[in-house]
Amino acid sequence: MAIFQQLGSRTLAFFQRLGRANIFLWAVLCGMPGLIFRLRLLIQQVFSVGVLSLVIIVVAGLFVGMVLGLQGYYTLVDFGAEDSLGVMVALSLVRELGPVVAGLLFAGRAGSALTAEIGLMKATEQLSGMEMMAVDPIKRIIAPRFLAGVLSMPLLAAIFSALGVMGGYLAGVGLLGVDEGAFWSQMRSSVDFNDDIMSGIIKSIVFGAVVTWIAVFEGYDAVPTSEGVSRATTRTVVHASLAVLGLDFLLTALMFGEV
Amino acid sequence: MQNTRLVEISVGIFVAAGIAAFFMLGLKVSNFNAFSDVDGYEVRAQFENIGGLKVLSSVSVGGVKIGRVTSIAFDQEDYEAVVTMAIDPQYNRLPMDTSASIFTSGLLGEQYVGFEPGGEEAFLQEGDTIFLTQSAIVLEQVIGQFMFSKASEGAGE
Repeated sequence: MAIFQQLGSRTLAFFQRLGRANIFLWAVLCGMPGLIFRLRLLIQQVFSVGVLSLVIIVVAGLFVGMVLGLQGYYTLVDFGAEDSLGVMVALSLVRELGPVVAGLLFAGRAGSALTAEIGLMKATEQLSGMEMMAVDPIKRIIAPRFLAGVLSMPLLAAIFSALGVMGGYLAGVGLLGVDEGAFWSQMRSSVDFNDDIMSGIIKSIVFGAVVTWIAVFEGYDAVPTSEGVSRATTRTVVHASLAVLGLDFLLTALMFGEV
Repeated sequence: MQNTRLVEISVGIFVAAGIAAFFMLGLKVSNFNAFSDVDGYEVRAQFENIGGLKVLSSVSVGGVKIGRVTSIAFDQEDYEAVVTMAIDPQYNRLPMDTSASIFTSGLLGEQYVGFEPGGEEAFLQEGDTIFLTQSAIVLEQVIGQFMFSKASEGAGE
């Protein structure tokens, strides 16, 4: 009997949390227009969310591209199709790996930091202090962080993809001797701007919004103790990563399904 | 004060790098500016069967790319496919009796239109039609014919 009771209360708690997360998102979106007058807050957050994630994105992009170049070459060379290496590297980066890997890294690097920061603000009662001073913490703290995440993520994904292509070029053309002209020209004739690059960008915007949403909500909703904050941070990374992977499947099915 | 300046500068660099990466993807990786490459004079050719030829497939002479396919349509009077191609204006000395064939690059590669220059004095110009054409070789048809001839051989014995 106790099992059923627990099951029921867990289910209810899950839906309650889901509902709270959506109401929270609505409040954040409502707080967004006020940001036009507080650009400095936004810039500060783009710095901590975007610029500080840049190093890991640059390094990861370069190495992922190089690995793709190496592995793709060894497979394609068996069919005498190593000229298509550029196409393979560019399409897999622009369509999938760019947004997804950048999203995962973003969740680990920026999402966890956001949750920990906001959770600690809550634990040390800075958020309630703001409310006492009639400052809405959602407008002052959450909204700029959310918008910064949504804006930074496509930029990070584009940087990731571009550097990945450069990495594939270095590995394929520099190390393995693929023809340089074939590498670029085949890439250009096969990668479509609207179908491939724009859909990658749309993906990365969606991932940015979801990851940042999960991160700020977990922080805002954290149990205000040190253990609660640590749990919330873990949950952010796990849930955001799973959300990125799951949404990637959905978005891919939507955008590339009927080509 | 120094600190906020640094933050603002690095955010500026970040945004500029992101937009630069986006442009690089747009211009260097994708065929976004392929549309501007297409201008040139238009030549038409009719084929019985174009196989897997697509818009933006390349047109070449002797293996050198000289243009692209700009549109493919079906002519209901002759029951043939009409392929319109844009040829780079610098190659304006193709004879009128140039023949066009559809080839496959490699065994499984993409299909392209190959020109074989003829010997006439007049040159192809905007709007001209190439009459000597050879259709794509469709592998299934070749195999089908082969099987059919084998089968009739067997029946004759």
